[in-house]
Formats: sequence, structure tokens, C-alpha cells
Amino acid sequence: MPAATASQTIGPYWHLIEHKEWADLTRFGAEGERIEVTGRITDGAGDAVVDAAVEIWQASPPADERFPGYGRSATDSDGRFRFVTLKPEAVPGNGNQTQAPHLSVVLLARGLMTALRTRVYFQGEALNETDPLLSSIEDPAERATLIAKPIGAGAWNLDIRLQGAGETVFLEV
Amino acid sequence: MSDTAPFRPFAAGTQPPLDHAAYGSTHLRHPKRALRPLAQTVSETTGPHFTPALFPEIGDLTKQAKGEPLGERIIVAGRVTDEDGRPIPNTMVEVWQANAAGRYAHPRDTHDAPADPNFPGEGRVFTDAQGHYRFVTIKPGAYPWRNHHNAWRPVHIHFSLFGTGFAQRLITQMYFSGDPLLALDPIYHGIADAGARDRLVSRFDLDITEPEWALGYRFDIVLRGRGATPFEEAH
Repeated sequence: MPAATASQTIGPYWHLIEHKEWADLTRFGAEGERIEVTGRITDGAGDAVVDAAVEIWQASPPADERFPGYGRSATDSDGRFRFVTLKPEAVPGNGNQTQAPHLSVVLLARGLMTALRTRVYFQGEALNETDPLLSSIEDPAERATLIAKPIGAGAWNLDIRLQGAGETVFLEV
Repeated sequence: MSDTAPFRPFAAGTQPPLDHAAYGSTHLRHPKRALRPLAQTVSETTGPHFTPALFPEIGDLTKQAKGEPLGERIIVAGRVTDEDGRPIPNTMVEVWQANAAGRYAHPRDTHDAPADPNFPGEGRVFTDAQGHYRFVTIKPGAYPWRNHHNAWRPVHIHFSLFGTGFAQRLITQMYFSGDPLLALDPIYHGIADAGARDRLVSRFDLDITEPEWALGYRFDIVLRGRGATPFEEAH
């Protein structure tokens, strides 16, 4: 049986499949606690990554016909992405573990031959202290690269640094 | 197999690295730290479910404007399975590509080749119960990029697949057999394993070809399998 098909870069022209409304996961009438999640992506020179596709998937709240659980946002000319979604709750972990509320993130761009994967957690959640991933990261500065900060009512921000100082923790899944 | 069983690791050499000196755009965009291994949870083993009702199909890329695009009409078809050969039914397949002259309908594409107002270049289809997909398009053109002196991308169509769990998410490119640019392309050659590279190359297929109408090409796609490998189970 052949191995999984190889990944290739999404390239700079993926916007041919961009539909801006996909960044709003509440567009089908989902009800719940609406939040805005933003961030800015920079490269190893500190320059904005202006051609990325940022995708999120969340296992909580459960996806249904009114809540896709999945969204895609292009970064703009300043490297910023923006989602509107429902605030996730705790997510079951493996065994009897519980994961803190989080979003799964897939990052795709020119120069990324495979997707980069990371997560967005939310500052102030009590479960962050015992989350299996967060608590496995010993360096508080590294851990902080996964935790969005509140920037207003229902608004959260987490910047992503692809390389160098403050580099985001990326995951092998 | 449980639909929340974790996906297997990739086979060695079959996926490209993030840091690849020959591909300039990787230089400032690859993490310097090693990726942190994550035990898969439902956040990775489950994923989005799309339906044509909410994500309408675009199965004929030559019928998306008033007129027909210029270029050689082709049919691309294949099957989406997992590494155990199980078909992945009803899964969304997104495609996008340059026009026949090698230019994308994209404001940042400044290649000096004619735009084609009849070719937006986006497609979206769903696999059937046996994992088969099919779309109609025109054969894209090669185009230059500035990676190195006289650099040209081989003719390709971009593919996006979701599978049944977010850890299966795949973005890839389909190439055409016999393209002399493949031998020179650092993105294609970022994949170390020759067999894995070759499986990105579609094949002319007379059974997909329609008489008096269009040539057909086959491109099968394999997404990660779930659970222990059959090899491990045999021990």
C-alpha cells in the first residue's frame, strides 16, 4: 500500500480558493459565546507574512449544520488574520485527561512545503495549568506563544512568529 | 477502525522538509526549533465535514464565466483513499491553477502572459461513495518564478484535501508526466523519496479521456492511515 501523498506548498496564489466568509464560523447561524480571534504572522526577519492561509478546527463546541468548527483566513497586507467563532470549552484528552479550551491551527504559505501546526489557548483558563500540552512545555516564554491574550470584549489576539526570537511552538502531529 | 483512532506517522522521506536550501522562500519561514511531538487527541483525529449543500461544487472550471477559456480542455480524475486502501467518501477536494498561458487570476501575479477573463481557476468537487472524484479544466501553463536564475515551475494543479481528521489535512500539487521542468524544480525535489515524488505526477488515461472532446489524466491521492501499521501488527 503506498504511503500518504506528499505535501507541497500552497504557494502565493491560493487566494483563488479564498472565500472571506469562511473566516466567520458563526455565519450559518451558530449560537453561543461569540469571540474574535486575531493575530499577526511574522517571519525570521520580522517581516509580515502577507500571503498565508490560516486554518482553525475546534472539537468544541461540537460541529453541526450551524457550526462548521472549521475556518480559513488569509493574512492581510500587514500579516494579520481574523476569525469570528464560538469560544471553545474543555476538550477531552487521552485517557482520563482534560484539555484546556483551544483551537487547532494549520498554517499554510509560500515557503512552507508542509503545513505548520500549532494551537491557540486562552489566557486565564484554569485548565491551562493542567493541560497536557501546555504543562509539558517547561519554558514559560515558549508556553506563552500558544496562549492568546484578551484585547477587548470577546476579542483575543495571538501573534505567530515563524522563526527566531519568540518563535511560536509548532507541533508534530 | 475507530473514527477517532490516531493517524500513523508519515513514512520516512515521503514528506518534504520545512527547511530546504534550494527553495528560497523557506529560508525565513521555517522554524529553527524542532517541532514538538503532540499525542493526537480529538482535536487532531476529528475534522470538518463539508457538504455540497453549503459548499457548492465547481466541477467544470471551463464553465465559470460567459465564454470558454482558451487552452487544451482536460479531465482530471482519481481516487482518494487512506494508506490502508480504504476509500474516503464524500470528502471535499479543492483545486486551483494558472490559465493556459501560465498566469493566475490573481492581482499579485505579474507574469507577462495574457490573463484569461473566462478562467477564474477555482474548482471544488466531492468524492463519491468509493472515493472517486472528477473535474474538467484546461491544462495550465508553466510560469517563471524568481527562486533562481531562469526558474520555471513545472505545469501543475494545486489540490486541497481534508479527509476525516484534521491531522490528514493535505495541500499538494499534481504534475504532468514528461514535463522537462520537473527535473529542475526545487519544490518537487524537496521530497527525498523518488517514489513519493513520482506519485505527484498524473498519468494520461485513455479510460478517462472522452472521444472527440478531452484528454483524461489520473491522479490518485492517499491520506494518512489510522491506527497501528499493518507491519507493526504482524509482529
